[in-house]
Amino acid sequence: MLDSTLEDQSPTPARNSPIQGETEVTLTINDESYTVNIEPRVTLLDVLRERLGLTGSKKGCDHGQCGACTVLIDGERVYSCLSLAIMQEGKTIVTIEGLGSEEELHPLQAAFLENDGLQCGYCTPGQICASAALLEEVKQGSASAITPDLTSLPDLETLSEAEIKERLSGNLCRCGAYNGIVAAVQQVSGQAAPSPAANILVEEPEQ
Amino acid sequence: MKQFSYVRASSPEDAVQRAIAHQESQFIAGGTNLVDRLKAFLDNPSELIDVSRLGLKEIETMPDGSIRIGAMVSNTAVANHHQIREHYPLLSRAILSGASQQIRNVATVGGNLLQRTRCPYYYDTAFACNKRQPESGCAARHGINRMHAILGASEKCIAVHPSDMCVALAALDAVVEVQGANGQRQIPFTEFHRLPGNTPQWDSNLEPGALITAVILPPNPAAKTGIYLKLRDRTSYAFALVSVAAMVAVEGDAIHHARLALGGVAHKPWRSLETESFLEGKTAASETFEQAAEIALQQAQPLSHNHFKVSMAQRAIKRAFTISAQGGSTA
Repeated sequence: MLDSTLEDQSPTPARNSPIQGETEVTLTINDESYTVNIEPRVTLLDVLRERLGLTGSKKGCDHGQCGACTVLIDGERVYSCLSLAIMQEGKTIVTIEGLGSEEELHPLQAAFLENDGLQCGYCTPGQICASAALLEEVKQGSASAITPDLTSLPDLETLSEAEIKERLSGNLCRCGAYNGIVAAVQQVSGQAAPSPAANILVEEPEQ
Repeated sequence: MKQFSYVRASSPEDAVQRAIAHQESQFIAGGTNLVDRLKAFLDNPSELIDVSRLGLKEIETMPDGSIRIGAMVSNTAVANHHQIREHYPLLSRAILSGASQQIRNVATVGGNLLQRTRCPYYYDTAFACNKRQPESGCAARHGINRMHAILGASEKCIAVHPSDMCVALAALDAVVEVQGANGQRQIPFTEFHRLPGNTPQWDSNLEPGALITAVILPPNPAAKTGIYLKLRDRTSYAFALVSVAAMVAVEGDAIHHARLALGGVAHKPWRSLETESFLEGKTAASETFEQAAEIALQQAQPLSHNHFKVSMAQRAIKRAFTISAQGGSTA
């Protein structure tokens, strides 16, 4: 399983001859190198959860519809349930276990707690991985379907609530903690802290 | 998933040779649709040929001003490329309105063209489906068919092509570059996908073993005003009920270079040449676009659950042309 630190990592195998049955696959996850014996049909999500004990990434729908399995591969968010593990050799994988620690939470983990961005917590690892990627995407000038002007993109300070929702639409929350999730992303984006959800519910709408 | 062997191709030629030598094999790149189909036992290849490490990841401007997009470029990278945003904004918007960021990051341009229908009767192996199993019947025709085709369908199949990107590419007169057993060839985008007829098991005219290597966008000054308007059951991360890729260039009051393609209505991205020739030279006015929308849907044959798609498509077409005539932007 955990074999080494990254310094002695061997080069990615060429795989130019067909592999039948199980083979040794080495993956780089959260700055550590892991080797597992798996068939080509095994998904990254199943390797994380069933072989490596990295059960932060969750299996919700297993079809790329819910987002609970979201991880970062080479810095980009990806559904690990739709990724074959053998295809990830040589790439840099980060899971929720690699984003923060119990001693030092990732700013998004802290913001999710402060803003009630969860209820049961099952979707939360995927929501936080997706949100971490969202912040980077905005910094790098990535557009969304509702970005008003494709030649003038929002930065983190001006990112609208609608944009955050659109950009997180690949992650479902069955508990409906969306208000808190959006508030957490706003907080880490450096935007003014939104009103607590409970206040919004009892206030009269502005005319 | 059934068991399969796995190999990485070393070049496009190597990939094609392997696929031709091993007819039960399939290519995999992003895998966002294929892995899902493998899980559902819809595809049961004996070998997967990984083409994701072949390069083909460049977006280049060619000497004639066209833009060549490598087949392995991610959907995200196409949507965010500065030249695509500036010169073909409807392509950026079409891509960004499809799937989710997680899917678009991994999904490739070539794979987007080859994704298969999300018809629930195709996906559920307990139902009859001529696309999944030729000559077994079509459970959708008299089933819950509100998502299905209203144009160009057949007795054998009423499935729709799920892509948003392909609708924009059809309107932009894109060309698909293909590597086959006998070398490279180019296929006009509108001839790449096919209508179901009696053989709905074939989605495209790509010959067995051939590999998409690029999609080429010809230069098109009118594309700056192009619109992609997608209507669906929820605001985001849903397939289109109806989508419209439309553009018109207006000089004085007269229209030239009208383009119209529809998504969510047919087995392929539905380009309406009749509408385009009707619009040529007409005045850019509300009544003109209303007539154009009627022409586009003249041949529509709605099913028991999707009569709504006809008027929905007509209204979307009118709106998209109207905004394009005003210079474009979001619809």
